[in-house]
Amino acid sequence: MNVVTPNKAGVRLTKRLLIPLVVFVLLVIFLALGFRLKDAHLLPSALINKPFPEFALADLLRADLTRSRQAFIGRVSLVNVWATWCPNCLIEHPELLRISREEQVPLYGINYNDDADKAVAWLQRHQDPYVFSIVDDAGSLAIDLGVYGAPETFVVDAAGVIRFRHVGPVTPLVWRQQIRPVIELLRRRAESDASNKKNDA
Amino acid sequence: MKFGRMKAQRRNRVMLVCLILLSTGAAVAFALLALNQNINLFYTPTQIVAGKAPENKLIRAGGMVVAGSLVRSGTGLDLRFIISDLRAAEVEVRYAGILPDLFREGQGVIAHGKLQDDGVFYAEEILAKHDENYMPPELLQEESQPE
Amino acid sequence: MIPELGHFSLILAAGLSVLLAVLPALGAGRRNPMLMASGAPLAAGVLVFILLSFACLLYAFAQDDFSVRYVAEHSNTALPLYYKIAAAWSAHEGSFLLWTLIMAVWTFAVACFSRSLTLDMQARVLSVLGLLTAGFTFFLLFTSNPFARNLPIFPLDGADLNPLLQDFGLIVHPPLLYMGYVGFAVPFAFAIATLTTGHLDAAWVRWSRPWTTVAWAFLSIGITLGSWWAYYELGWGGWWFWDAVENASFMPWLAGTALIHSLAVSDKRGLFKSWTVLLAIVTFSLSLLGAFLVRSGVLISVHAFAVDPARGIFILIFLGLVVGGSLVLYAFKATATKRASSYSWSSRETLLLVNNLLLSVAVAAILLGTLYPLLYEVVTSGGKISVGPPYFNTVFLPILVLLFLAMVFAPQSRWRETGVKQVLGKLMPVLAVAIFIVAGLTWMLELPLDPVGFVFQSIAVWLLFTLAGDWWLSSSTKKPLSASRLGMLLAHSGIGVAILGVAVTVCFSEGQDLRMLPGDVTSIQGYDFRFDEMTRVAGPNYMADRAQFSVSKNGQLVTHLYPEKRVYHVSRNVMTEADMDPSPLRDLYVALGEPLGGSAWAVRLHVKPFVRWIWFGGLMIAVGGFITVCDRRYRNFAARQPVFYDEETNKQMNTR
Repeated sequence: MNVVTPNKAGVRLTKRLLIPLVVFVLLVIFLALGFRLKDAHLLPSALINKPFPEFALADLLRADLTRSRQAFIGRVSLVNVWATWCPNCLIEHPELLRISREEQVPLYGINYNDDADKAVAWLQRHQDPYVFSIVDDAGSLAIDLGVYGAPETFVVDAAGVIRFRHVGPVTPLVWRQQIRPVIELLRRRAESDASNKKNDA
Repeated sequence: MKFGRMKAQRRNRVMLVCLILLSTGAAVAFALLALNQNINLFYTPTQIVAGKAPENKLIRAGGMVVAGSLVRSGTGLDLRFIISDLRAAEVEVRYAGILPDLFREGQGVIAHGKLQDDGVFYAEEILAKHDENYMPPELLQEESQPE
Repeated sequence: MIPELGHFSLILAAGLSVLLAVLPALGAGRRNPMLMASGAPLAAGVLVFILLSFACLLYAFAQDDFSVRYVAEHSNTALPLYYKIAAAWSAHEGSFLLWTLIMAVWTFAVACFSRSLTLDMQARVLSVLGLLTAGFTFFLLFTSNPFARNLPIFPLDGADLNPLLQDFGLIVHPPLLYMGYVGFAVPFAFAIATLTTGHLDAAWVRWSRPWTTVAWAFLSIGITLGSWWAYYELGWGGWWFWDAVENASFMPWLAGTALIHSLAVSDKRGLFKSWTVLLAIVTFSLSLLGAFLVRSGVLISVHAFAVDPARGIFILIFLGLVVGGSLVLYAFKATATKRASSYSWSSRETLLLVNNLLLSVAVAAILLGTLYPLLYEVVTSGGKISVGPPYFNTVFLPILVLLFLAMVFAPQSRWRETGVKQVLGKLMPVLAVAIFIVAGLTWMLELPLDPVGFVFQSIAVWLLFTLAGDWWLSSSTKKPLSASRLGMLLAHSGIGVAILGVAVTVCFSEGQDLRMLPGDVTSIQGYDFRFDEMTRVAGPNYMADRAQFSVSKNGQLVTHLYPEKRVYHVSRNVMTEADMDPSPLRDLYVALGEPLGGSAWAVRLHVKPFVRWIWFGGLMIAVGGFITVCDRRYRNFAARQPVFYDEETNKQMNTR
């Protein structure tokens, strides 16, 4: 007798009680919109902006040559860390081959913690996308670069500064959504710098 | 007796509704007014150089600190430096105070202050985010839009 | 192997929490006591496995297992052990595992302490909590696995913990804060369970009250600690920044405060029940919204975690399902019962209604300010703005004044009807005394008069006096003060103390940024700060430039202060370590800026009166909350069947 009467109809809609739901739906729609907007601009946050570390390491295919970071200076380039023991390197390999064939960007390899003979054989078997690869069998360059594991790919600008880093295999999607926009951005910048200099002169 | 209670209840309800309406109205008006006066728009150096930023109004300007551009006055805490976006537009920023720990040349900062008619940005506050890969996101977005 | 064990037990916990979400609810639907009773053991199972998983993560940190990516990114061999452990919750993945662990702890606590619940109710509540736990564990497993490995090659040493986080604050702040955030899931679950039964009766209110208060007390400590941490570590002497992440914790606190008061009215008088249910839903939704804002990268903040779109989408969908579902349920089931009793405009009910209204408006205003940059961006498709502290101060301060008035009157008022003249006659003289004292002190100490500050100081003193008077009167009678009354008085006094601290600090702090050479002396509010010398010291994982300052007053040495500028070896991060001399009446604060060439340094000096009161008040609030829960009422309740109305209200109903 002292119990509050429950509403008789089990389900009865009171319009007033819908207000919170409507407010919330609006809030979520707008959060989603805002989120989508942000999402489109997430990629460049991986900019690193540090000079590529100094190194002096042997060329994989021509052991008499010693390469240094000078090789990366002058154009926007890609540096890829790879190894024969790394299954994901095989996964990204077709895309790297395509990039070296079709895209106007030099691709350099760092052969990491590997056996040089096996590495040469691997390149012969799967084709060689690299302008050249350097031998980092002690992993000293990889440590300077802070490499987590192969594969990793760096975008280095014309001044030899690392501008972007991708950990994991380079898939066509990664290329399209992350790496290519960074390269284009760096090129645009270089162009506007050049035209400014011309104007100044 | 019953009638009296009904009446009291109705009076209460009317009062309640009025109270809610009044306070919500006042709060909304107040919040909008306050928002209007206290939002800070963000501008990139390119926009500032192009004259798109208002003068003498509190705004935010964000960009990368040009390497080697930081100059301190010899006596107080006055200093100036140049911020740039990646399109070579440059704006001089003047500031008197302590810079944040993460302020570094070649990295992104946000300056909060006023642009004066001499084209110099007088900052009241300098912000740098606690992330060494940080670049003001507003600037990145500006950059990644096709020209 | 240990990380895999952790991962595996997380998967088991996810499976068990799905069972917890389904079985007891199924049992409740089919009136099957066996299934209903499965809730408690399942809750225990979930807790055990999440605890095991968390222990594995801690072990990986303690053992420097850098093959685990999360460990490699946030720890380092040079880190002291206690920071290695705390580093486990220094970033997104680990902190969310902690969040989930705390969720499991609360769920298990409900299973343990809900013997007074009917089996049916217990099953429904545990199922709702299980559903939430399942969502959290799936979120961990699919988007934020802290046990992911860096195989086969992993770094020899970790990337180190952000130096800002290498602090006592990191050890205690997140766990306490999450206890509060997640704790609001309990009243939420009670509300949802009640809605599903279709009877919006008074029993759930009585059950929810202690849980809400405990969660709220934890959140109070969490926020207080966060503010204190910001003050000495990040803030350059500031203690509240209206930063998006701070707002994300403040909004649930305000909503939780409203909930506590509306629960009181629903419990004692059977009023506002539908509103109370809504508030319970809103409070927890604001906790989830906070998680979304912090972890999705939607808002830019100093505190925000690293950005990953998959996480944001997951939380947004989860938020949509949980909150949207609850509100649909609410719209269909919360049909308000007829008002059971009436009250006059001059009653405690009215004052608590005003309290709820004001707190809701405050939450809405803060939400608007926090989300406005996002709204602006959406509407202008990419326009950028920021909303600064002036907005928040402008909207919050007037609300606070009104809240204060309600706070002064409500404890002195009675349910149903209060003699206005009598209360005014009691309180107005106290106000006069408060104003007289504040004005007198301002005049005697020759302090500058700040009108807003003066109003707040006077009201805070007024509040404190009335509460003290109340306490004194109650304790002088024979009948001892009940725990709930004592807790209430303490928590309200805490607010008075905190606001008094804020009002005094904001008005009378004095500080200077200046260039100083060793030997220079600067005077602030009678304190002479002398820059003695600079030395270089080595810490466990950093090098520091350490300055020595002597502070003296009237030629008498007060203290030495040693602010530092540190460079951490691994991350090469530069950190300012301020030094301060705390005391109840004032803090002396010195921080080093940057070296200015030669031996000159940029230096920040502050004298901050009463700043400690802010955090002391915060602690009083939390302690007040904990004391309230010890009230006999809640313990007696356990032994007794749920009673819907007390005698008084019964009579009310019978006269109808």
